Amino acid sequence: MIPSKFQYKRAESVSDALSMMSDDAKLLAGGHSLLPAMKLRLNQPDTLIDISRIEELKSIKDEGDHIVIGAAATHHDIAHSNLVKGACSMIASGAGQIGDIQVRNAGTIGGSLAHADPAADWPALVIAAEATIRVQGQGGPRDIPAASFFTGFYETALADDEIITEIHIPKLPAGSSSTYVKFVQPASRFAIVGCAVVKNAAEGEVGNIKVAVTGVSEMAYRAHGVEDELMGQVVSDESIDRAAARATDHVDVLSDHYASEKYRKHIAQVYVRKALETLK
Amino acid sequence: MGNYIGKSVKRVEDKRFLTGKGQYTDDIVLHQQTYASIVRSPYAHANIESIDTSAAEKAVGVVAVFTGKDFADSGIAGVPCGWQVNFKNGDIMKEPPHPLLVADKVKHLGDAVAIVIAESKEIARDAAELVDVSYDVLDSVVDPKKAAQPGAPLVHEDCPNNICFDWELGNPKSDVNAAIEASHHVTTLEFVNQRVIPNAMEPRAAIGDYQAAGDKYTLYTSSQNPHLIRLLLCAFVLNLPEHKVRVVSPDVGGGFGSKIFHYTEEALVIWCSKQIGRPVKWTSDRSEAFITDAHGRDHVTKADMGFDADGKITALRVETYANLGAYLSTFAPAVPTYLHGTLLQGLYTTPVINVDVTAVFTHTTAVDAYRGAGRPEATYLLERMIDLAALEMEMDPAELRFKNFIPAFDGVEQEGYMTQVALQYDSGDYDPVLKKALDMVGYDDFRAKQSALDNGKLIGIGFSTYIEACGIAPSAVVGALGARAGLFESAQVRVQPTGKVSVYTGSHSHGQGHETTFAQVVADRMGIPLDDVEIVHGDSESVAFGMGTYGSRSLAVGGSAIVKSIDKVLEKGAKIAAHLLEANADDLDYAGGKWTVKGTDKSIAFGDVSLTAYVPHNYPEGLEPGLDFSSFYDPANFTYPFGAHIAIVEIDKSTGKVELQRFIAVDDVGNVINPMIVDGQIHGGLAQGIGQALFEGAIYDDNGQLINGSYMDYCMPRADDLPSFEIDRTVTPCPHNPLGVKGAGEAGTIGSTPAVVNAVIDALWSGGHKVKDVKMPMTPERVWSAMQSDQA
Repeated sequence: MIPSKFQYKRAESVSDALSMMSDDAKLLAGGHSLLPAMKLRLNQPDTLIDISRIEELKSIKDEGDHIVIGAAATHHDIAHSNLVKGACSMIASGAGQIGDIQVRNAGTIGGSLAHADPAADWPALVIAAEATIRVQGQGGPRDIPAASFFTGFYETALADDEIITEIHIPKLPAGSSSTYVKFVQPASRFAIVGCAVVKNAAEGEVGNIKVAVTGVSEMAYRAHGVEDELMGQVVSDESIDRAAARATDHVDVLSDHYASEKYRKHIAQVYVRKALETLK
Repeated sequence: MGNYIGKSVKRVEDKRFLTGKGQYTDDIVLHQQTYASIVRSPYAHANIESIDTSAAEKAVGVVAVFTGKDFADSGIAGVPCGWQVNFKNGDIMKEPPHPLLVADKVKHLGDAVAIVIAESKEIARDAAELVDVSYDVLDSVVDPKKAAQPGAPLVHEDCPNNICFDWELGNPKSDVNAAIEASHHVTTLEFVNQRVIPNAMEPRAAIGDYQAAGDKYTLYTSSQNPHLIRLLLCAFVLNLPEHKVRVVSPDVGGGFGSKIFHYTEEALVIWCSKQIGRPVKWTSDRSEAFITDAHGRDHVTKADMGFDADGKITALRVETYANLGAYLSTFAPAVPTYLHGTLLQGLYTTPVINVDVTAVFTHTTAVDAYRGAGRPEATYLLERMIDLAALEMEMDPAELRFKNFIPAFDGVEQEGYMTQVALQYDSGDYDPVLKKALDMVGYDDFRAKQSALDNGKLIGIGFSTYIEACGIAPSAVVGALGARAGLFESAQVRVQPTGKVSVYTGSHSHGQGHETTFAQVVADRMGIPLDDVEIVHGDSESVAFGMGTYGSRSLAVGGSAIVKSIDKVLEKGAKIAAHLLEANADDLDYAGGKWTVKGTDKSIAFGDVSLTAYVPHNYPEGLEPGLDFSSFYDPANFTYPFGAHIAIVEIDKSTGKVELQRFIAVDDVGNVINPMIVDGQIHGGLAQGIGQALFEGAIYDDNGQLINGSYMDYCMPRADDLPSFEIDRTVTPCPHNPLGVKGAGEAGTIGSTPAVVNAVIDALWSGGHKVKDVKMPMTPERVWSAMQSDQA
């Protein structure tokens, strides 16, 4: 469990970090994905650029119709932020379900998004929230919608020379609700299935619903089939059943020693139903 | 009862552990120390075509690199096995060599092929990656039953069908077959007691230190029995003069059996230290621990239990394939045989029993004793069978047990119970533990609640009433059963001139709290303050040859040895006191730390006597000075703790996830010295036993790769997976040792696993899913699948 030799550099600002970046460097934030991989020598960067102490990356701010979470904010900070709770409650409750308390105290939202573990919680949360991920490169900032940020198994739209700086979460309008439910792999406590749902609705009828699922496929996805069954419908046991049945429409479902494809598909349906039921 | 025995005295060792002042092997830094990293096979079975160490040797900071070839002409064959079991036909078991470094063919994932020694652990680790090994990968086999079939890939060329030995115990098979045939009901179950990985908190570590000046060797090692390691190392591996070798096992962070065995790395660091003339330290990392610490369990079993119309057990027939892994670990042959077959009487009056074991090599990490060692496998078998029989016969599982319990016997007025499988139980009274557990659980209320349930859940209750054999063991008995060692214990009680007492015990504490429990015994027996007693263990240079700690033996055997030495101290002390008091020794009473002449107020304190022993100016004629006695205690029998465990589980029907809601354990471990420590032992044991039922299990693929060799994949039970345990005791003293203690280290693990599985099966039956078995660990998918495949 000894990593290969590397250089450690501490960045004082985003521009500082950008200037240090190279092909063989890795950004270090909370280190909860990177350092284990390095200890197992699955990842052997020449240089670590520590961005965890850059103040501008740690804040959580109110910007009118949305909030801005700094990429180096910890899961714990987000879980306990009243601003986040008020803007979109599942972002806080989802953050509070990540790993265990030690992981939440060190791990960061930006680090998790960049790592793009297919069983991580953040991907489903930011997709359902229709968040925007702001990244910074040498050429300046660019905004990537969460829905197009994840491109494959541990792959994202982030370029090699870019840093995630902010996550913009739209505030939910009054009368909306959101939830995140998760069926955990007991050893890692990652999601076998995680389901995030945001519902903007008038009484009874579903106006606009967004459902995102993690853990099930090679990357988190928006469950459009589930949404289609509910859009404009009165929420009932029947409509929820129909919707949940489409939890894994058009996705290749993963299989591993803990959950086979068949079982994972079943659990996806159970947890989509569970999430929808909390919003009844 | 004295001032200390029976009281929950706080553990004196905890101050050191909780403040980070423990001294573990890896904490030791010797002058000129070097660091070793071991190059291990990434394949389960492969011929080594070539090893190129040149790049590693050239790396800056590398001191030396050794491979299997360096041992080729040395006459060093490898580490030995400490227990011999013969084939049914009398042939000696197959005992293939376990080399320190493999030269030709690797036989399991993690097999050691080279050692790199460097100035730092980082350099050693980097250089290990520069060792270029070329492998020709071969087919492998990991399942013991498949391995024993003709045509399976062979682990050792000279072991046909990979069979190490076959073995049988109990009544003639023909008698048992006839009794099964004649039974009113026969419960049959085929099941797997899966392989688990011990995962002690401290990974193994060893430092070899050869000092040429005195031709002396010191081995620091995270071992449960340093003297045994010294004996094996000197007499069977490296051929060293034993008096020139010191083995120290300082603080050790958990063992659970996995640190009993003599591992290759221990011999390797000593050998390497002599080659390079500097100390060599090797510390396992967690990934290495997963594939090199000896694993536990791994039985594939078929059992038949017969019953008469009244529910009395008529016969038991057991066939087990036991996986030994690729090499014979130190006590591996004993585990599926004399620690398993001999326990199949359980608490029941079963009149005829036959057990047939085939022990098999596979391309996996060696399997050996793991907390309970054989007894959990036996208990799992019996308790699964009897609960399943109750379901099949529509009888109450508690009633079925009461009907079959052996009647009470104290081992004094009534003789010990003679089993059909070679043991004689010491003392037992089995009804009260189950009655107490039933009271605690509120059995009648539970059944009413279970039948009324309608909330998307199923609830179930599972029982386990177990017996185990511990306090191992009478040397002559285990010798007759194949042990190549005695199993006595040593103790020296050295009274210092001021009356302070140093106790040197051959037992070894790696979490058990001996420094507290043993001190309580000494302080009470000698009538002195606890603070005046120091317990010393784990160093072959200061402690007389002892056998270490495993098999819940420390207090029953090691504690009894201490009592013998205390008796000698007090007997001699009385002679000195009598002289000083001008009385006859027979006229003295010893209590409260002083000798008093009976019927008078004339007395003398312990400290005055001890001082006189070392300043013998006014002293009994002919008596030697000093107050310092050694003893060896060899027990007359095993001890037999027993108990009743009850689990209550809830199953979520939509996911199959099992939640353990309650766990009740009533254990009888004989007399109790420190209730808090015993409770702690029970709690830890329960967590491990429950862990096997619900969470843990090594998963090898067909290529012999361990696919869950990290904590991201191998699920250890955590606090939030477990309810608050509800525990209680009955006390049936052991009749054959002076403390009346039986041992508590393994009881929790032995009893708990089947209780949890039985509870899940009971819940499934209550929902109409009449399945016989759900494989352990009972993951949500396995339980859910059981509900799908057998719909109500």
